[in-house]
Amino acid sequence: MNQESTITYSKVNQDVIRMLDKPTAKWWSLFIFDLLVLSFGLMCFIYQIYSGLGVTGYRHPVFWAVYITNFVFWVGIAHSGTLISAILYLFRARFRMSIYRISEAMTVFAVLTAGLFPIIHLGRPWYFYWLLPYPNQRQLWVNFSSPLMWDVFAVGTYLTVSSVFFFVGMIPDIAAIRDRVKEVPRKILYSVLSLGWKGSAWEWGHYTRAYFYLAAFATPLVISVHSVVSWDFAMANVPGWHSTIFPPYFVAGAIFSGLAMVITLVVPIRKIFHLEEFITIANFEGMAKMIILTSLIVTYAYVVEVFMAWYSGNPYEWGQFIYRMKGDYALFYWIMIFCNSVVPLLLWFKKVRTNIKALFIISLFINIGMWFERFNIIVISLSHEFEPGAWGLYRVSWVELGITAGAFAWFFMFILIFIKTLPALSISEIKEIIPAPTREVKAK
Amino acid sequence: MMIKEQGVFGVFSYIDSTVQAIKRLREAGYKNMRVFSPFPNHEIEEAMENRESIVRFFTLSGATLGALCGLTLTILTTLDWSIRVSAKPVVSLPPYMIFVFELTVLIGSLATLLGLLINSRLRRNVPRQIYDPRFSEDKFGVGVFCKIEDIKKVEEILKLSGADEVQFEGI
Repeated sequence: MNQESTITYSKVNQDVIRMLDKPTAKWWSLFIFDLLVLSFGLMCFIYQIYSGLGVTGYRHPVFWAVYITNFVFWVGIAHSGTLISAILYLFRARFRMSIYRISEAMTVFAVLTAGLFPIIHLGRPWYFYWLLPYPNQRQLWVNFSSPLMWDVFAVGTYLTVSSVFFFVGMIPDIAAIRDRVKEVPRKILYSVLSLGWKGSAWEWGHYTRAYFYLAAFATPLVISVHSVVSWDFAMANVPGWHSTIFPPYFVAGAIFSGLAMVITLVVPIRKIFHLEEFITIANFEGMAKMIILTSLIVTYAYVVEVFMAWYSGNPYEWGQFIYRMKGDYALFYWIMIFCNSVVPLLLWFKKVRTNIKALFIISLFINIGMWFERFNIIVISLSHEFEPGAWGLYRVSWVELGITAGAFAWFFMFILIFIKTLPALSISEIKEIIPAPTREVKAK
Repeated sequence: MMIKEQGVFGVFSYIDSTVQAIKRLREAGYKNMRVFSPFPNHEIEEAMENRESIVRFFTLSGATLGALCGLTLTILTTLDWSIRVSAKPVVSLPPYMIFVFELTVLIGSLATLLGLLINSRLRRNVPRQIYDPRFSEDKFGVGVFCKIEDIKKVEEILKLSGADEVQFEGI
């Protein structure tokens, strides 16, 4: 946000709370369309439960495919929310202030979406609770050496901590809404959610400390979660997976894709709600610079992967990467390279990274590229392991595509509800960067 | 019942007047004060001279408890069904460190939330009367609980410091 702007404290309240006005016809039509897509996804899932996993494209040797791709993709999307809200908070990066609430919301909803896929991927999804360590009649405990158990704890912790962080950040803003709304049901709702917050110095003292500690917890957590997800692959002896660069490679990729998704979401929200004064070009430029950095790290990882496969002299590993580049799925590999390594190079030009339309289009390319990155790692590696006799092709089924579309609808359903019920910009933090009104300034 | 104390509070538009009012009231010996602001502010915090928040002890206790839970859960459940595979140790600490870390963060964060809720005394921090909805928008508030005979003096200090208005509430 531009500090020289004429934004006042009242205007911040007014403009943010204005977003919560009654939904327009456009919002309703979008919401209904979203629910229709979600219903289709749900029907596909019911059909899959009824018929079994045979309705997916799973064929020997590929038994991890689009669902696991979606899982990794959505966990990745969730990462930049915590990066923007926690890590940039600790570094006191001011450009985060007007966009962090939307990215935090995105984090929580993306984890909720990601969490569906390991369950959808199960043959008997109703037994998913077997993954939890609870005392049972058979006196069996879970295997704590299994990467899948690490996932359960990492993703569960991430969902809980990011939800707590999201909610705590909103308490003062919900109180501001409570003080302004007149309708009784909304007044009651926001009064309950604000927990009686009054903004006393006493409350702020504890609040700022608690927020700092939560940010300090969230920072290593965000790095651990995608590292753990990468170990789902790296721990297995599969060519293309068994690599020590996976954790940093996955974390950088996650932040890269998450930032792109933030831009994809923020651009239309900014336009629809006329938030140009709050979310400025400088905010977008800050994100674009971080995209350049993470894109370079991801590109470096692509190069190192291929180099190590060649330099190791391991024929299976090298064969895997040749297959990626020239084999049956080569198109997907080159889409990934184009979207994640070539397109972001445009952001080196200031003209491009300060052009909102260009940024929006680039962010869409990155979203597509990062989805294919996960697909390539998972599906291509599995379809081309050691024995030529065991190689095989995977073809996606309409059920998997339906569930994937349903997951996007599930995510956007939460986003649509969020922007109409909760403050999408942080009222109190924006006020912190507006120069405080003083009598001396007034006297001048 | 006779009202022995009165709440007096001033509504301020400027941060420097608010800070001045706090300092003057403290100098005059009024320590039972409530200050409101629409966002956290260091100047107010310094003028109030509040003690360091004890939320940090909740965080530390939660994190320690989480780490212990992670260690005990993994080690004890493994020993409960002890099978040695390929001559490897039954209790394998490196993978267990992931659970120790995750539970440290999980329980530490939940304890921090609890610490915030308990210490801020949300829901019962101040009597309902001493509050103005403008404090969450663009005004600062300084409220004092004082004896009835001191009301005039407090009002004077608040006005002298630049209060836009002064209000009175019985408690």
